[in-house]
Amino acid sequence: MEYLNDSKLASLTQEERAEALGMTSEHLTGRSMTIEFDPDEKTRFVYPWSPDVDFNKRTQINADNLNATEVNHRIRELMEEGYGSIVISNPRGKHALGVGVLSRLNLIFEGSLGYFAAGLIDGPNVRINGRVGWSCGENMMSGTIIIEKNAGSTFGAAIRGGDLICKGSVGSRTGIDMKGGTIIVGGNTGALSGFMMQRGRMIVCGNAGKNLGDSMYDGTIYIGGAIHSLGVDAVEAPLTEPDASWLRRKLHMYGLLPSAGVSHFTKVVAGKQLWNYDNLEPSEKKLIL
Amino acid sequence: MSGSAYRGSQIENIDQFIEDKEGLGSEREIEIGQHIGYRYDVNLVPDYERLTTFLKQYMEVMGWDDLNWLEDVHMGYEDGKPAVFDRNINGWVRVPDSIPLGKNQQDRDMAARELLIKFQMSDRHPLVALRRVYKKF
Repeated sequence: MEYLNDSKLASLTQEERAEALGMTSEHLTGRSMTIEFDPDEKTRFVYPWSPDVDFNKRTQINADNLNATEVNHRIRELMEEGYGSIVISNPRGKHALGVGVLSRLNLIFEGSLGYFAAGLIDGPNVRINGRVGWSCGENMMSGTIIIEKNAGSTFGAAIRGGDLICKGSVGSRTGIDMKGGTIIVGGNTGALSGFMMQRGRMIVCGNAGKNLGDSMYDGTIYIGGAIHSLGVDAVEAPLTEPDASWLRRKLHMYGLLPSAGVSHFTKVVAGKQLWNYDNLEPSEKKLIL
Repeated sequence: MSGSAYRGSQIENIDQFIEDKEGLGSEREIEIGQHIGYRYDVNLVPDYERLTTFLKQYMEVMGWDDLNWLEDVHMGYEDGKPAVFDRNINGWVRVPDSIPLGKNQQDRDMAARELLIKFQMSDRHPLVALRRVYKKF
């Protein structure tokens, strides 16, 4: 296939680019695809398009007179210049700061953020020396986010991977629809935490509100304090030694390991009673046929 | 029929889905002709004593103290072959025969994590072409 550089691709429409690069446009039907890939080829630890950043190269952005888009653009520009540690001062509660960073990076916010802080990230280590609003870390794929104070509702909504830590307390619906990763709360969490959880792990060192783990399909929730009530199909399970060992390791990493250890934690898992939602499907099909 | 006691297949043999690619273990599965549930234990936490050199290097480069998102990556099985699920393409990547299979799930998971990183960071990963088509010039 002829090599197409970016300037030539830019002159094409999206459909033409897809065709030129050999992509198919039919509806997905679960077909197999063969890609020549050698697992012993050149080792790389970041995506091919990721900027080459150095954690020791540090700079600062004063967000006082910038809007969220300008701050996020500036972060990308600095990454292209090789800065691997970026400090954002005066964020003043702006929404959607630090979103969509898809590479390794140390990102430090000196202040509180608004809604959707550091969402959709894949790789960076984010530290927020303040509070955050709703949906912090929403849809994050990998990396770490550490919040020093409290967080709002839907903390870590639909998170796919990585570690999301709030050292204070969080609102309701923490980890709603989470599909992987680890959410750690140093304080308490509100109602309906773990709602429709599908995979991953949630650790709450304090208390949990009502309907914990409601309609969860899989995954594990560890609660250090009291549970107001369990949701539909959420059940308690015995805390095993691998669980305890993993808990100690994870909490120690973020300075949240209780002095009393982890033996008092309650483990909550899915009862898997809701896995049978399609139980009538075969007979329905017979009726249709 | 919500409320029944059925909980999907119990995986007792590590090679269950290699020896029997359908892996239908219950009346319910035989009835619908599909395996229910994951083909590995999604809640299995990694044994850090079994980290490979490659994974240690990856953690160091990314600035992480543990496997981070890779804690959710396990070796699974597709059509009787070992495979690892790549969330970036929403599909399974088969493990080449040249990679030896471990005797336990922990070793297999570590091999799967290493293979997945190598594939995702490769120039041949489908995301590379996808990005060139859909990125904003």
